Amino acid sequence: MRRSTLLRHLGITALAALILFVLTYVLDPFRDYQLATAAAYLCAAAGLTVLTGLNGQLSLGHGALMAIGAYAVALSQNRFSAHGVTALWTLPVSLAAGVVTATVCGAVIGVAAARLRGPYLAGLTLVVAIAVPAMATVFGGVFHGDQGLSVWLPPVPAALGENFPFEQWQAWLALTAALLTMLLLANLIRSRFGRTLRAVRDNEVAARLAGISVARTQVLAFVVSAACAGLGGGMFAVLAQSVSPSAFTLTLSLNLLLAVVVGGLGSLAGAVWGSLLLVLLPYWTDALVGRLVLSPALHQRLAGNLPLAIFGLLLIVVMIAAPGGIQGLLNRAGRWVRGRRPGRPARRAEPFAQEAEPPAPAASRT
Amino acid sequence: MHRIARRGLAVLTTALVVASGAACGRGSSNSTSASVPGVTDTEIVIGTHQPLTGPAAAGYSKISAASKAYFEYVNGNGGVNGRKITYKVMDDGYNPANTQQVVRQLVLQDKVFAILNGLGTPTHTGVLDFLNTNKVPDLFVASGSLSWNQPGKYPYTFGYNPDYTIEGKIIANYLKANFADQKVCVFGQHDDFGADGLKGVQAVLGASGVTHSETYDVTNTNVAPAIGALKAAGCQVTISFSVPGFTALALGTAARVGFKTQWVVSNVGADYATLSGLLKAAGTPLLEGMLSTSYLPAVDDTANPWISLFRKLNEQYNNSAPFDGNVEYGFSVGYLFVQALKAAGKNLTRQGIVQTVEKGGFTGPGIAPFRYSKTDHSGYGGLQMAKVQGGKQLLFGPVYVTDDATGPVQESSPTQQAPPDKGIPA
Repeated sequence: MRRSTLLRHLGITALAALILFVLTYVLDPFRDYQLATAAAYLCAAAGLTVLTGLNGQLSLGHGALMAIGAYAVALSQNRFSAHGVTALWTLPVSLAAGVVTATVCGAVIGVAAARLRGPYLAGLTLVVAIAVPAMATVFGGVFHGDQGLSVWLPPVPAALGENFPFEQWQAWLALTAALLTMLLLANLIRSRFGRTLRAVRDNEVAARLAGISVARTQVLAFVVSAACAGLGGGMFAVLAQSVSPSAFTLTLSLNLLLAVVVGGLGSLAGAVWGSLLLVLLPYWTDALVGRLVLSPALHQRLAGNLPLAIFGLLLIVVMIAAPGGIQGLLNRAGRWVRGRRPGRPARRAEPFAQEAEPPAPAASRT
Repeated sequence: MHRIARRGLAVLTTALVVASGAACGRGSSNSTSASVPGVTDTEIVIGTHQPLTGPAAAGYSKISAASKAYFEYVNGNGGVNGRKITYKVMDDGYNPANTQQVVRQLVLQDKVFAILNGLGTPTHTGVLDFLNTNKVPDLFVASGSLSWNQPGKYPYTFGYNPDYTIEGKIIANYLKANFADQKVCVFGQHDDFGADGLKGVQAVLGASGVTHSETYDVTNTNVAPAIGALKAAGCQVTISFSVPGFTALALGTAARVGFKTQWVVSNVGADYATLSGLLKAAGTPLLEGMLSTSYLPAVDDTANPWISLFRKLNEQYNNSAPFDGNVEYGFSVGYLFVQALKAAGKNLTRQGIVQTVEKGGFTGPGIAPFRYSKTDHSGYGGLQMAKVQGGKQLLFGPVYVTDDATGPVQESSPTQQAPPDKGIPA
C-alpha cells in the first residue's frame, strides 16, 4: 500500500513536471516570472496548509520564516560570490542552507509554542512575524537594514543558449522547488505521520490516550512547515535577486494564511489555488483599476489598497458560503457530477468533510 | 478510478487557468513588432517607479505628475520626431520588494523603451542588475547615490541628482568657512543616502570634524531617541540627509525636546513648500533660517525665466498644482529627457540614447553642469547654498563644484542659460 502511494505520487509529479515544462515555453517571460512567483508562494503555502489545516496550529508568522530562508540564501550566495565561486551548484547549496536555517528557527519557535493553543499560539507567531524582519535593521551591519541585500546568482547555464530568458530559468528553479515540496508533503500526509497530525488536531486527549506524543507531533509539524517556508523564502530571494525587510512584512504572513484558507484549508491542491490567487489577484485588480478612468488621487488610493480589500471580501465570502475554499467547491462539483451518473456513491470524503458539508453517512475518514 | 479522475481534473483546471491567464496577457500586451521595444512610428513608451504612497510619498508623488505634464505639452506640439511620449508611472510605496515587481512588469510586460527617473536609493538599487542585464536604458535616477555612477558594471544607468558625497563635501566646505569651531553633527537615513552624505562631510571636515552622527530608518517614525542623542552631544550645527517626511519629523521633534541647532538639510528633503505643508502652523517659525542646498533655481525666484516657464506649464497642463520644488524637479527631468530624445535623432534605439547621454553637453534649468561622459554616469556636479528667510527659500552665494573623490570644492559660475523658444529643446 505504501509503495503504491509513493509510485503514484512520483507519477503525478512527473506528469505535472512535463506539463509545466511545456508551459514555460508557451508563456512569455513576464508570465514565466508570475508562474515562478506562484511556485515560490506554493512552497510556503503548502507547508502552512499542512500545519494549520491538518494539525490545527494557526501560524501568523510564516512570512518571518520565509524571511529567514531568504536572508540565509542571500548571505550564502554573496559569500560564494565574494570568494569567486560561480558554479551552478552554489544555488542548491544556498537553498539547502536556507531550508536548514529556517528549520532550526522553526524548531525553536515550535518548542516555545508547544504548550500554546489557539489565539495564544497565533499571538506568538504574530510577534515572530513582526520582530524577525526588524532584526535586519537592528543588525544593520550584516543585513544592511531597510535597503537590503542584493543576491548574486549564477548565470543561466551556457548549454541553454545565449538568448534563453532568465525568467524562464527562474521559473524552472521555482517549479522544481515547488514540485519537490508537493511530493514530499503529499507522501507525508498519506503516511503514519499524517494520520498522527490529524489525530492531534481532532482530539488531543484521545490522541494522547492512543499513545501519541502530542507535543512532539506539534513541534515536528511546525518544523516541517518551517522548512517549506524557508524554501519558499529562498526562492523569493532568487526571483527578486534581492532581499529586504519590506518584502517580508506582516502582510505576507496574512496573505499566506488568506491564500490557504481561500484555496482550501488542509488540501495541497487548495494551496495551489491559493498561490495562484496571490499572484493573479493584485495583477487583475491593477489591470481593472488601470481600465477605469479616475481622478489621480482616487487612483493612487485604489492602486495600493484594492487587492487587499478584494482579498478580505473574498475571505469573508468564502467563510460564509464555501468554508472548504476553492478546492472544497471543486470537490463538491466533482461529487455532484459523479452523483448524477448511476453507480455507487463516493467511497472517500475529503480531509475536511466535517467543515465543508453536513455529515455524510457514507463518508469515511482517510 | 475517480481519484485519478479528480486529480486529472485538478491538473487540467490548473493548466486551463494558467493558459487563459497567458491568453489574456498575450491579448492585452502591446506587441510592438518594431525591433526597438517601446518605440513605434507614433509613440515612445517609458516607465518609472515612484513612491506615490507610503513613508516617502510626501512631496515625491508630485514629481511624476509634473514630468507627465511636460510630456503632454511636448506631445501637443508635435512630440519628438513625430512620436508622442507615453509615461507609465507605477507605485512602489518606497518598498524595494514592490519596485522589483513593478519594474519587471514595465520591462517584461509593458515593454517600455526606458526607465526614467526611478526614485529612491534603497528601491532602485535592487533593480540595477535586472535593468542592465536586460539592456534597458535606466535614465536619470532620482537619487544621488554613488551606485548609479558605475559605467563599467552598469553601463545603462545614469544618475541625475548630485551625488550625496558631493553634497556632503559642499556643505562641509561651507560650514568650514562660515561656522568654524562649531560642533557639527550628522543625522542621516540608514542606507547609502545617509552613509554617502556622511562620507562626503568627513572628507572635508575629517572624521573628528563630525562630533556625533545618528541615523533613522524609513520604517520607524520615532526619531526622538536620535534627536535626544544629538541634543546630548551639544550639536550646534546639524546636517540632515533626510527625505521630507523625516526632515519634518526631525525639526518637530527637536523643537519638542528643546534642541536648538542650525539645521542644514540636503536638497532631497529641504523643499520649503513640502516641509511647511507637513509642519503646518509650526512650519513658519521652525523653518526660518534653515540652510539647504539646491541645483535648480529657487521656486520663489520669480524673476527666473525657467521658473516662469514651468509655472505657466504647471497651470496649463498640471491642473495648477501647488508649485513647489518637486513640481520644478519633475519639469526639469522631463525637459532633460526630451533634450536627450531630440539629440538621439529619429532612428531611436536603446543603445543610441545611452550614447547620446554619454556625449553630454546638455544645458537646462540647472545651475550646475552635468557630468555625463563615457566614464562618468553621475548627474549634476555642483550645488548652491539656499536659506529660508522671511518665509522664502532663496539661493545665495557662489555655485560650488567638486567630485566624488578627494578633489577640492571649487567655486564656479552658474551654467544656467535662458530657456529655448516655447520651452521645448531644439
